Amino acid sequence: MTAVDSVRADTFAKLLAHNAAVRGDRPAFRHKDLGIWQTWTWAEVYENVRCLAVGLERLGLKHGEAIAIVGANRPKLYWTVMAAQMLGAVPVPVYADAVADELAYVLAHAEVKFAAVQDQEQVDKILSVSERLPLLRHMIYDEPRGLRDYDHTRLHPMAEVIAEGEEALKDPGVASWLDGIMAAGKGSDVSIILYTSGTTGRSKGVVLTAERCIAAARDTVTFDKLDEKDEVLAYLPLAWVGDHYLNYAQGLVAGFCMACPESAETAMQDLKEIGPTFYFAPPRVFEQILTRVMIRMEDAGRLKRRMFHYFIGVAKRYGEKILNGERVPLGGRLLYGLGRLLVYEPLKNVLGFSRIRVAYTAGEAIGPDLFSFYRSLGLNLKQLYGQTEAFLYVTAQPDGAIKPDTVGPPMPNVEIRLSESGEVLFRSPGMFVGYFKDDEKTKEVLTEDGFIKTGDAGFFDPAGHLKIIDRAKDVGKLNDGSLFPPKYIENKLKFFPNIKEAVAFGHERDYVSCFINIDLTAVGNWAERNNVVYGSYQELAGHPLVYDMIEKNVDEVNRSLAAEPMMAGAQIRRFLILHKELDADDGELTRTQKVRRGFIAERYAPLITALYDGSGEADITTEVTFEDGRKGTISARVKIRDMRIYPAAVKEKAA
Amino acid sequence: MRAPDMDAGVTAGDVLLAVENVSLRFGGVKAITDVSFDIRKGEIRAIIGPNGAGKTSMLNVINGFYHPQDGRITFKGRTRSKMRPYVAASQGIARTFQNVALFKGMTTLDNIMAGRTLKMRRGFFWQMLRHGPAMAEEIEHRKVVEEIIDFLEIEAIRKVPVGRLPYGLQKRVELGRALAMEPELLLLDEPMAGMNLEEKEDMCRFILDVNSQFGTTIALIEHDMGVVMDLSDRVVVLEYGRKIADGVPDEVKSNQAVIDAYLGVPH
Repeated sequence: MTAVDSVRADTFAKLLAHNAAVRGDRPAFRHKDLGIWQTWTWAEVYENVRCLAVGLERLGLKHGEAIAIVGANRPKLYWTVMAAQMLGAVPVPVYADAVADELAYVLAHAEVKFAAVQDQEQVDKILSVSERLPLLRHMIYDEPRGLRDYDHTRLHPMAEVIAEGEEALKDPGVASWLDGIMAAGKGSDVSIILYTSGTTGRSKGVVLTAERCIAAARDTVTFDKLDEKDEVLAYLPLAWVGDHYLNYAQGLVAGFCMACPESAETAMQDLKEIGPTFYFAPPRVFEQILTRVMIRMEDAGRLKRRMFHYFIGVAKRYGEKILNGERVPLGGRLLYGLGRLLVYEPLKNVLGFSRIRVAYTAGEAIGPDLFSFYRSLGLNLKQLYGQTEAFLYVTAQPDGAIKPDTVGPPMPNVEIRLSESGEVLFRSPGMFVGYFKDDEKTKEVLTEDGFIKTGDAGFFDPAGHLKIIDRAKDVGKLNDGSLFPPKYIENKLKFFPNIKEAVAFGHERDYVSCFINIDLTAVGNWAERNNVVYGSYQELAGHPLVYDMIEKNVDEVNRSLAAEPMMAGAQIRRFLILHKELDADDGELTRTQKVRRGFIAERYAPLITALYDGSGEADITTEVTFEDGRKGTISARVKIRDMRIYPAAVKEKAA
Repeated sequence: MRAPDMDAGVTAGDVLLAVENVSLRFGGVKAITDVSFDIRKGEIRAIIGPNGAGKTSMLNVINGFYHPQDGRITFKGRTRSKMRPYVAASQGIARTFQNVALFKGMTTLDNIMAGRTLKMRRGFFWQMLRHGPAMAEEIEHRKVVEEIIDFLEIEAIRKVPVGRLPYGLQKRVELGRALAMEPELLLLDEPMAGMNLEEKEDMCRFILDVNSQFGTTIALIEHDMGVVMDLSDRVVVLEYGRKIADGVPDEVKSNQAVIDAYLGVPH
């Protein structure tokens, strides 16, 4: 820590040089290659990056020019980011799985002159859109496989570029020239452009400067007490702010080691082998892990199964309290200790969570049960809230003060304010400079006094923790004026394992109603156990017993909505279970599995009419797209249930 | 798509394997009757034909599993009429099977390692010790195997018993085991059978890459005509054990006998 504080490096290149000087022998990067973990120390990385920088400069990469980085998490791609920053060039990481059209858009918009890519797949993709990229001069690649017969006039293997740089660096003149370039780098220079994933319209290039990135990373490194002994598994997409922040920026500031998985599919196994101390995963991943554990436990022997369930129960009672440092009876502590020995630690070891000191999740709401499960095992899982424009962090939960349904108080040095409409505004050390080549959009999101509009609606709870309810533009109003946050309601529903997807309606209507998609795995499993016979998804979805079960879930949601003064009006009056699964192929979900409410409302208009005209059932015919692209229609008669509404009792209690 | 430039690389007329007037009978059943064709070095050669045309029998003859009653087979300039499968293997012929034939209880890694058996020089005694020269040898082989795993992109299933893998992946492991022998001639018996479109595309890519990167000569049996026409340099067509056509895909496609064999003839 002191070492970090002692320097005031304002660029990543200077930080790298500093790390090479003070902890040159400590591991900086690992990568599993041919089944064996390869390690590079900070000193080695620094040397490689210097060579790569000189090699790139020889190819003609200049200060201020953009270089695209396309591929999976590979040390050499991270080094390219560093090398580009060393030269004052601007790295532009792009999602490796982007389709050619998206890739072409970003590369053309960012005016990239160079592209550093992982392998043949990416080379092919860029070549296929090369006519849209007249500015692109050279491409360098990491993995030579399959590229031998390609025209190499503008294509170069990265190893060769590094070797050329190494050769050139033997000349002391070149070395001191490079030192000069590095020293001349300013913190206010553009350090990277991160393109947002673009759920709404074209993606925008978020311009970040080195000094702001580093300032933000310093704050969080201190906040979570990260140091050079920490280790992360760098498996998040390179182009996502999360990877660039959590792994790259924090790694360079704290001097910890980034381990790159062998491939995206092996990330789970690599996690176990590396045993990171700092970990981030979206809620979806935590959910998948839990499901896998539970399924595997079902196959375990009886003794093990009973032991597991007993101690999970113990953890539920005491685990979180112990983690939060609350008072727990001695008996509870002893039982929990035994549970650690027999269940929690072995389980965490299998998952690769043994050494984790700090784990974060963000991106969407995490189910309180899911969140508590991991925390009760002693995993210090916390939530954060942020966005690319903030260089990630806006709020985060501090150790020991966790409330599952909030995202925590503002981070150090972050100011948050709520607009009149309830939109969250913030100003932070890491905040962006603007959108690349889009002053109009930049003006749109900035307030006059320099706060960024997040577009999210939220409020602070009495303890000062921020609670995000929905996208501000999606929060509607019922006819009686009460607030209608669709996603907030949908998330509450989706936390029940039986409910896979929910779509709530209510804006400018008299009451809230919703569509529900059952989860075929969970409900199918239930059906099997309860001898409920069904022939298809449609039949199961329409089964009266399934309706009864879902009704209980909806009732519970209503009860919890009634408990919150601001939300009591948004209780669900009527619901129906859709006869088919919402599907991205039918345009009902985005590719990232978010519901497209407007489209669904149009497509299922007769059902919505029925939800609001009091009828007990409705007929619907929809067109569906099968996996092989053929189209067909499904028609069904869907039943509608009325729900009980709870009085907003808590209002009085609170008053 | 890359077939044209590969043609240029093939040294024309350099025959790796020649089948001459081969006939195979099981009792009274004539599986193959008087078939001749050759496989040139570096090419991808497809053997096609309707069900029961004798395609798999032909592969079995080539790798010495069946012994034809008549005819000669010349491999790398050496002519023979009888050969045992292990001799074929040691001379550089590897194959995969129509119905995957892996060691189900063993991991992917061990299965592919098994493909290296013929290359191991140290005897049973040294291997038991797990030290010294046998260890060094094992490390060397492991490296080759790891390169194959990397090549086939199956890192994630390295330690998974193959019995637990989906069919498409098992096929890929089987290809890996055949590659571990570093064969000169690779025989693939319906490498895409039972695969979905994506798996087929992957497999096509691997076959082309094996051919271009390692220069391995490949003979394959396949039913998917799109795949055959795209992949292969030359195609031989069998029907009821006889050869009815032989040539580049375009020739074969327009050959009347082939069209009749596949679509039937009006009576």
